[in-house]
Amino acid sequence: MMTRPNRAMMRELEMASEAHTEEAGLVFHPMDQFIVKPLFGDGPVGMFTITNVTLWMGITILGIFALLVLGTRRRAVIPTRTQSIGELAYGFIYKMVEDVTGKDGVKYFPYIMTLFMFIVFANFVGLLPMSFTTTSHIAVTAVMAMAVFLAVTILGFVKNGAGFLGLFWVSSAPLALRPILALIEIISYFVRPVSHSIRLAGNMMAGHAVIKVFAGFAAITAIAPLSIVAITAMYGLEVLVSFIQAYVFTILTCVYLKDALHPAH
Amino acid sequence: MATETHEATTHSAATDGAAAATTHDAGHAAADAAHGAADAGPGMPQLDFSTFGNQIFWLLVTLVVIYIILSRFALPRIAAVLAERQGTITNDIAAAEDLKAKAVEAEAAYNQALADARVEASNIVAAAKADIQAELDQAIAKADTEIAAKSAEGEKAIAEIRATATAAVKTVSKDVAKELITSMGATADAKTVTAAVTARMKG
Repeated sequence: MMTRPNRAMMRELEMASEAHTEEAGLVFHPMDQFIVKPLFGDGPVGMFTITNVTLWMGITILGIFALLVLGTRRRAVIPTRTQSIGELAYGFIYKMVEDVTGKDGVKYFPYIMTLFMFIVFANFVGLLPMSFTTTSHIAVTAVMAMAVFLAVTILGFVKNGAGFLGLFWVSSAPLALRPILALIEIISYFVRPVSHSIRLAGNMMAGHAVIKVFAGFAAITAIAPLSIVAITAMYGLEVLVSFIQAYVFTILTCVYLKDALHPAH
Repeated sequence: MATETHEATTHSAATDGAAAATTHDAGHAAADAAHGAADAGPGMPQLDFSTFGNQIFWLLVTLVVIYIILSRFALPRIAAVLAERQGTITNDIAAAEDLKAKAVEAEAAYNQALADARVEASNIVAAAKADIQAELDQAIAKADTEIAAKSAEGEKAIAEIRATATAAVKTVSKDVAKELITSMGATADAKTVTAAVTARMKG
């Protein structure tokens, strides 16, 4: 935790660095878009402060509400466009859960759907110019990854008891190799939440930062057209990445859940 | 933060070479440090732990709200719609099968009716033909009798006319002969003339 004087000093440093870079001509602030700041006033960011995080998570909720509740309010047998997108999302995740975890995993479908809808909407909403990408923060993705990790681990022990440890004991390998494999398996198991969270946050952060860097180059007239082309290309890539990362996070959650429900190799 | 402070101290130490740095120098060094930080990455807002509590709190609120929205409203509704659609499709397929069977049935019935109608029609035609034939025969027979009667009548009339004509010829012949004889200057004996004419007519 950063102390109060430290924060004050940091703000001072930021101001100073701004002045410094403006002198140089090119202005690069690729990381400024990720700064968490209060929406009202300029006070410190406390736990319950209403910040841009609140705003953009609220917009994410509204987006999900609009798609899945307002879009389906007519319950039409022949769906409207919005309703078919909602149904598509439902069918996509439902089938994923069913295919990966099996029939007994379907009762966890609402939780996985919640994760997917949040990530995919936060990613896409974060692509709007001037927006704030909540999923680019490790704090957000780490909480989700840890939640998945803890839930899956607890569920594994509740459902299978000590049998869950069979996940680490590769019974198909030669006996001599098994302890080594078990060690590797255990390490890889505990690395899961780390890779799970950093993959999403890293992808979102990197893409957005790269766009910002290209945008900084647009200040030079000679490079500006190239810069705009590069921004457009990166943006297209980011749209793809936004969906793919949401998909990857969700399917990995399903895979971990499958391990908890059926730990045998 | 650790790197920043470290860099700041080394920088200020290098420039001034003394521990007693003025406020201006400290500010300059700090600016440099911040600049270096922005380039190297420790300035990542993602690693500003002071905002973690805030983000985690709002994330949990958001996830709970989304979960409630999904599990209470969205998912049951979409599931119901999908089930209903599946049901409708199944029903429609069943109804279509039903209608198809009915259509096949109707076609068979139609063909049967057509065949029946044909048979009936040919029967009716045959019956009509027989009736007409009978009527025709009857009419022909009637006509024949009438014709026979008429021709008999005619023949009778002809015979009568012929008889009358013969008698008239005899009278005319007698009269002509008498007149001829009278015009030749002789007196005609009626009896003789009649006998002669009768003989001539026979001959």
